Amino acid sequence: MTMTTADFSQAAAAKAVPSMRRSFAEPRNLRSYLLTLSVWLIAIIASVPLFSVLYMLISQGGARLSFDLFTQLPPAGFMPGGGFGNAIIGTLVMVGIGSLISIPIGILGGIYLGAISPDSKLSETVRFVGKVLTGFPSILVGVFVFGALVQAMGTFSALAGGVALAIGMLPTVLLTSEQAIRMVPQRMKDAAVGIGCTTTQTVWKVVLPTALPGIMTGIMLGIASAAGESAPLLFTALFSNFWLESLVEPTASLSILIYNFSGMPFPNQIQLAWSASLVLVLIVLVFNILSRLFGNRKV
Amino acid sequence: MAQLKPTSLSEKSISQNPSGAEYATDRGFKWLARASGVGTIVLLVAVLIVIGAEALPAISKHGLSFLTSAVWAPGRNEFGILAEIWGTLYSSILALIIAGFFGVAISIFLTQDFLPPALAQVFRTIVEMLAAIPSVVYGLWGIFVVIPAIRPVANWLHEYLGFIPLFSTSFGGPGMAPAVIVLAIMVLPTVAAISQDAFRLIPYKVKEAAYGMGTTRWEAILKVMVPTAANGIFASLVLGFGRALGETMALAMIIGNANQISLSLFSPANTLASLLASTFPEAGQIEREALMFAALTLLFITFIVNVAGTIIMSFASKQQTS
Repeated sequence: MTMTTADFSQAAAAKAVPSMRRSFAEPRNLRSYLLTLSVWLIAIIASVPLFSVLYMLISQGGARLSFDLFTQLPPAGFMPGGGFGNAIIGTLVMVGIGSLISIPIGILGGIYLGAISPDSKLSETVRFVGKVLTGFPSILVGVFVFGALVQAMGTFSALAGGVALAIGMLPTVLLTSEQAIRMVPQRMKDAAVGIGCTTTQTVWKVVLPTALPGIMTGIMLGIASAAGESAPLLFTALFSNFWLESLVEPTASLSILIYNFSGMPFPNQIQLAWSASLVLVLIVLVFNILSRLFGNRKV
Repeated sequence: MAQLKPTSLSEKSISQNPSGAEYATDRGFKWLARASGVGTIVLLVAVLIVIGAEALPAISKHGLSFLTSAVWAPGRNEFGILAEIWGTLYSSILALIIAGFFGVAISIFLTQDFLPPALAQVFRTIVEMLAAIPSVVYGLWGIFVVIPAIRPVANWLHEYLGFIPLFSTSFGGPGMAPAVIVLAIMVLPTVAAISQDAFRLIPYKVKEAAYGMGTTRWEAILKVMVPTAANGIFASLVLGFGRALGETMALAMIIGNANQISLSLFSPANTLASLLASTFPEAGQIEREALMFAALTLLFITFIVNVAGTIIMSFASKQQTS
């Protein structure tokens, strides 16, 4: 059989085409391989700090964990023992105040941005301000509340601390609520409007129940970051070595206790600082995990 | 025209016009929601005004020399924050270089199909958890883990490479180097999260097209994906920089709080935020006024950086989705 021209050109083409097999001897393949290796290394190196922090928290903080920590007051200078019961209460109370203020305002704002007038000039501005506030240094929030509230009241207080935490939480709650509300399918809202619901009824009976998991995610994230917050409290709640008796007196918090004790030359205080860190991280993690649980249920 | 009769079995239709009371509630609720939105804007304006007003006495007293002098002597009523401005920018830039390198590499690692989805989720969670650790805990960790860990390395560098300005002073513990490391770890989640978003916005067909041209995986990433995501990556760096500038407590605990300007990584330094945190609780009236001026300076720097980052980011996501 003689070769047709088609067969001939095919054979020529097969000879002209380079091998499709990947060879590591070729520089570009080798480079690709090395780069892959290095991103693996980078990712593993970047994971080291987290595990180091967790290891220290468990080994150093866990060593001292006992019931006394939760029921006793911080010890003075050379004193042994003691705990940080007042700081746990202070942190919880101030985060509570912060939540009471920021959650309603944040969700209402989110409703405005997501459901009432998503495309208005005002909404654009609010959204922009929210994003700018997200990256706002928390210490400046503390300075602001100091100037606006602490000086007027004449005292550092749990109330001022709560307000400062609320300002820190607000952008998170606001922006995640908006996101969650926007995810509600338009046809559900249309159906509600179609049977004669006002915007308010649509929001309360259709939008909010549907968006609730997403909104809860934002709230939990806000609470988690507020609980770990320290810089604004330094300017608003300061610290106290005693139990919380009123909302208008200096108030202890876990984070400020850690800050104060970390610089002390006494091993007892250092140990307490580690234990307080463990408790604080556990509180933060609980809310973080809650936010993930809510997030997974998102439609 | 004859009125339309409802055709359903029941005589009364389920749809009806809202009653007067419902209209009133509706109006009230909309007003409330609008007020909350406006409140956010008012809040930001109030923050700017209050901090500005607090700083006024110090501005009129010290003037511009406050920004150009590096003396902080409450006893002599002399205040200047040049050293803190330097420390803030220097620590943030160094931290950003480290966090930018790691953050972008990790976002490539997590978005470019290197890992099965479950494993990618594990790494993603690890990076997100870094953001959940409170600043003071990083500070404590910095004092008791980072400083001892880098001490031998720092001593070696100072001994053998001490002629380089970066290593020109001996390592005394708290200082720029541990601060930069901790700061980089704290900024990393921000950079990684925003760059990951930028990579995820790129349609898959872009990569397929690159592969179709016969690129290796890394040629596709470096020559096609990274340039396409460049604006988003840039936004992540700017916003990460904003984070680093305002970071307070961890730095106040490990940077050494020394009022000096030095290129050396091993000498103690100070930043605006940690000056505020470490000095404020025990400061007298005049020193507090001066601190308010420092706060205003910090506000000014971070505000510009954050606004720039937010604008770049919305620009980038608009450009990529269109």
